[in-house]
Amino acid sequence: MSCSRRDFLKEAMGGTLASVMPLSAFVLLSPEEAKAAIDGSKVRWAFLVDTQKCTGCGLCVKACKTENEIPYDAPVTRTWVERYVITKDGETHIDSPLGGRDGYIDDKIRDEEIDPKNIDKAFFVPKLCNQCDNPPCVQVCPVGATYQTNDGVVLIDRNWCIGCGYCIMACPYGVRFFHPEQKVADKCNFCYHRITKGMQPACVECCSFGARRLANLEDPDDPVTKIITTERVAVLKDEYGTKPHVFYLGLDFNVR
Amino acid sequence: MKWHVLRPLWVAIGLVAAILVARLFLVPDDFGIHGRNFTYGFYRLSNVQEWKDFPVKYQGRETCVECHEENVQSLNNSPHAAVECENCHGPGVNHPDVVELLPIDTTRELCLRCHASLGYPHSAREQAPQISNRMHKRRRECSECHNPHKPQGDET
Repeated sequence: MSCSRRDFLKEAMGGTLASVMPLSAFVLLSPEEAKAAIDGSKVRWAFLVDTQKCTGCGLCVKACKTENEIPYDAPVTRTWVERYVITKDGETHIDSPLGGRDGYIDDKIRDEEIDPKNIDKAFFVPKLCNQCDNPPCVQVCPVGATYQTNDGVVLIDRNWCIGCGYCIMACPYGVRFFHPEQKVADKCNFCYHRITKGMQPACVECCSFGARRLANLEDPDDPVTKIITTERVAVLKDEYGTKPHVFYLGLDFNVR
Repeated sequence: MKWHVLRPLWVAIGLVAAILVARLFLVPDDFGIHGRNFTYGFYRLSNVQEWKDFPVKYQGRETCVECHEENVQSLNNSPHAAVECENCHGPGVNHPDVVELLPIDTTRELCLRCHASLGYPHSAREQAPQISNRMHKRRRECSECHNPHKPQGDET
């Protein structure tokens, strides 16, 4: 068998190319998969909180705890409502007993009586997971138990979480907590089981005043998306660069 | 290479191989990069479906109206139209198959969530009629006098 130098180089080149080509390059995509790969996700969940409308009834917290099977009397909650009372002497009084689960029916704050005449302004601020675009809680997970879905919601894999608590430390908004029964990290996921069925999150459904609303930022016709894109909305702790996706209308600078 | 160098090397290689084999069995097949990148999208894919399958508890007014049309109608025509049925009646999951009667919350504390006056100026709380918890019919249940489905009329 004879082999010229030219043939040898040709064959060797082809063989090298064939060997470095990964097998995955030959996977055939169905038309749906190909379309999905090009278009990406057509859903990006976000949230709009109108602090001007919140009355501090706490029914959202009650509904959330029931819907998501969070122990009712444990001092942990996926969403909570904070009360801010700013008095004329410049003091800011903040409280959130049990996350506002039982509503605010007493004007005492931390057993302190405040004369209504001394109040400059008082308001309620609901808080929940911001479903950040750069979630620090996901970055720190050592086992890949928490992640961002393609529609922007950050989820926790309860079978995979080892309960180390890094994510609870990493979240600048303090929305993560240790689930006392599941023994894993837990947090709000916009009621993922509801929104993926076309329902509203439990807190949105139970809010009588329209203070909480869900939006799909990828849908320009979504009325809530229109508010977020056209009106003056604020986010919490913008300086952390987490790109939070819970937007607030009427947010006061005293809110941290 | 000398024997005393080679021996621990084999042990190290064996350990690495053992870990790789164990990993092959322990890590689920669908664990990998499914999101936009390794940092945010490295996870077990079937977990997304597990969350979607989480049971829904609050059914919504659309479900209530299927059987309780009259009650929903009376509520819709009242100032309480914005209040969800399940805020007072509790989540409608498994009703009426397993939970025949939903426990109705008729406590004073439930009404006070919106109707207790806190004296906050410019707070949304003031939209709803306000009472002073300490002055107005202390320790009585609101529903003794007020019908939650018709809070402004038919008071007994």
